[in-house]
Amino acid sequence: MHLILFFLFAGFCLAGAINLLLQTHPINSALSLIVVMTSLAVLYLLLGAEFLAIAQIIVYAGAVMVLFTFVVMLLNAGREERTLGSRAASRVGFPAVVALFAVLSTILLRAQGLGSAHLGQGLTNAPGQSNLVLLSQVLFHELLLPFEVTSVLILIAILGAVALAHAEGSKTGGSERMAEK
Amino acid sequence: MSFLQHDVPLSWYLLLSAVLFSLGVIGFLIKRNLITVFMSIELMLNAVNLSFVAFAYQWHEVRGQIFVFFVMMVAAAEAAVGLAIIIAVFRARATLAVDRIDLMKL
Amino acid sequence: MTILEFFLWSLLKVAVVTVVMLLGIAYTVLLERKLVGRIQNRWGPSRVGPFGLLQPLVDGAKSFLKEDLIPTAVYRPIYLLAPILSLGCALISIAVVPFGANMGPHGFDLFEISNINIGLLVILGVTSMGVYGIALAGWSSNNKYSLLGSLRSSAQLISYELALGLSLVGVVLRAGSLNLRVIVEQQATLGIATWNIFGGFQFLAFFIYLMAAFAETNRSPFDLPEAESELTGGYHTEYSSMKFAMFFMAEYGNMINVGCVATLLFLGGWTSPLGNLMPPLQSTLVNALLPIFWFVLKVFLFLCLYVWVRGTLPRFRYDQLMNFGWRFLLPLAIVNIVGTSLWLAYR
Repeated sequence: MHLILFFLFAGFCLAGAINLLLQTHPINSALSLIVVMTSLAVLYLLLGAEFLAIAQIIVYAGAVMVLFTFVVMLLNAGREERTLGSRAASRVGFPAVVALFAVLSTILLRAQGLGSAHLGQGLTNAPGQSNLVLLSQVLFHELLLPFEVTSVLILIAILGAVALAHAEGSKTGGSERMAEK
Repeated sequence: MSFLQHDVPLSWYLLLSAVLFSLGVIGFLIKRNLITVFMSIELMLNAVNLSFVAFAYQWHEVRGQIFVFFVMMVAAAEAAVGLAIIIAVFRARATLAVDRIDLMKL
Repeated sequence: MTILEFFLWSLLKVAVVTVVMLLGIAYTVLLERKLVGRIQNRWGPSRVGPFGLLQPLVDGAKSFLKEDLIPTAVYRPIYLLAPILSLGCALISIAVVPFGANMGPHGFDLFEISNINIGLLVILGVTSMGVYGIALAGWSSNNKYSLLGSLRSSAQLISYELALGLSLVGVVLRAGSLNLRVIVEQQATLGIATWNIFGGFQFLAFFIYLMAAFAETNRSPFDLPEAESELTGGYHTEYSSMKFAMFFMAEYGNMINVGCVATLLFLGGWTSPLGNLMPPLQSTLVNALLPIFWFVLKVFLFLCLYVWVRGTLPRFRYDQLMNFGWRFLLPLAIVNIVGTSLWLAYR
């Protein structure tokens, strides 16, 4: 069962990622990225991270990607033109990607002691203990300061976004400010 | 019905994450629309998150998952600011093609 | 219970719940037309069948048989995808809603499709995905009214989702769980006195939830995305026949979902208003069916409230809507969270 689900959703992931590269219209790319994100959420679920799975749906697929589609709609971005791209990308970038992938995959495939994932097994083997309880205990006891700092960071990001989008007079400011929120 | 009980090696998850990351880098290099380039960055972040979750499973360690949680929050902040910058750039230049927004190019 | 039995039982549950949900959507439309008719001092549909009871079926047949027009300038793939996405998201949420006591053969949960420990978050997640149906419909229609409607709607949904989510935090704090069954059982003991809305002092949260839910489902007085007098029809201006019907069904499906969540979180779910004061009944059949009766009754009353508000209040202006959401509901929700957590800490 785990094997089937893994292959199904890993396939969706790869198909979405490749489609993201092949599509020329930004809205199609955004939709394929949403497919990638939702199938990643299912993979998280298979790995026993149910809270992260649903956070992935709410935060990434439901909020971040809505902002992306919103901006694509607002700027009415059309199809992109195919150009040659920069020389640095073709001379250094692509060999670097191939090298990176080769190194990563050799390390991963030769790694010893990596176990295998069993369906229905979470982080702890104790029955009845929710992943959520474990997560919140660590998050709100040990990592409280980073958590609070991140919330301040988000506040700053909101203010920055409002300031950036509002800087150029109030020609079309209103709706964009709403988008940034 | 033996395939119903079959487990998946964790290295497959990690390999998937490596493939997704490489696809994200390729997207960052070949896409010519500012918004799509930004989406490729999000794809890379997601790929890294998958490997974090897989390692958290391997070591039975909840901190790996918390790291993903922080990455998500920072990515949300990043998306808000990044898209605001994209809107500002579009207002100034009336284009989203990265080839035309190259004032800082050598 | 073998895997095959589990699969067959689940399939049966899904089929029954989907059919009931679709019928519920059809008859919610009739309920609204009847009630709004009475509020406006007229009869509402009364010709088809006794008391107009067959009207929804006739409406369905009509929209199904109508010619399917697709304007030439639309962006076809997304134009066709949008209504499916919208209706799909509206129908998925019911999967985690428990509508009866936890009973069935061999510990199998007969009255909930899937009992999971993050049920509430799943509902929120599916709701947040519902934005895409509306946003993409407006954009792909290639029509300025559609685009304006969908931009309004996306901004409205994103803004009110925050207030909606924060209003539920108080309830979750009280229950200490995101499992909807646990949340309901925590309110069950003394009936109406221990419901979250009264006994749990979550009245403020219920008020915020109610306002945010009206906005989330694009209902009056927040129905700006389809404000007829300004936008002709909003995001579904270019849609006709079955595709329009799918948006329509999605709207009413979301109303039912919102009613279910309000019932579970604030009104005690399937438990009776008398709680344990009522002596337990001996018959298994009654024990199985009575909770469903209470649940349906509560959702029905919530839907009547929806229609009552629609029939009474005028539409907000767009800036009023945004101000109300950001400057009033959001701070109020945060105050509620702080108050609830202080109360729980120093109780």
